[in-house]
Amino acid sequence: MEANQILFIAIALLTILSAAVVAFSNKIIHSAFALLATFTGFAMLYIYLSADFLAVTQIIVYVGGILILIIFGVLMTHRIYSTAKKTAHNSILISLLGGLLALGLFLFIISMYPWAPTVVKDFSPTTAVIGTEILSGYLLPFEIISVLLLGALIGAIYIARQEDKEK
Amino acid sequence: MIQLNSFLIISAIVFSLGLFTVIYKKNAVGILMGVELILNSVNLNFVAFSKYVDAHINGQLVAIFIIVLAASEAAIALAIILNIYRDRETIDVTQLDEMKH
Repeated sequence: MEANQILFIAIALLTILSAAVVAFSNKIIHSAFALLATFTGFAMLYIYLSADFLAVTQIIVYVGGILILIIFGVLMTHRIYSTAKKTAHNSILISLLGGLLALGLFLFIISMYPWAPTVVKDFSPTTAVIGTEILSGYLLPFEIISVLLLGALIGAIYIARQEDKEK
Repeated sequence: MIQLNSFLIISAIVFSLGLFTVIYKKNAVGILMGVELILNSVNLNFVAFSKYVDAHINGQLVAIFIIVLAASEAAIALAIILNIYRDRETIDVTQLDEMKH
């Protein structure tokens, strides 16, 4: 086995095991920190798929943005001294049934088809191509998603702010 | 050995773990984490197909739009969760059922 493959298996194990910690951990703060490893693992897998821009975007947006938001959410809604309520979960049997059913379905579909690669692509920087493509072929989705992002920003601020007249 | 199949299998496992998380957790922030896992695994599928099947990079472009959607979804969801916590002192989703009846 080459070093390349050993590294790939290590990254895949890191991603899957930390995702399992997110799923099975009893404390929500442990899940939040395991999510850090999962997001980083996904960024490393993107590098294996020669998506350099996307890997950096993944780190900036997920690790630098969404994860910080989630940790803030955990800390602001966490009662440190009453952990009994927080460890309560739904029935593990039903949850496992749902997860395993989905996994079995996916693995069955994956095994049905050979999935032979149809193109062979060597690594080439993707940033310039993505920039050109966003402003030409994907201009309409780009504009729509800009408006959506603006709306989400304003909406999040409006929902989360303190109402002065009530307090 | 590193081929399309391996990425699809990793993605399927993480998707199932995300689905499990969404069903299993009672904490609303935990459910949000499960949704993020699901969105990430879908992104991995898009990027893998973009490398092995598509001659262009359409998959990566769709993945970028999904990342933006995930970011705005997380911001809105956390704003709603904070509001619920301020109002009800709990974010246990099984307690929040007054709109059901």
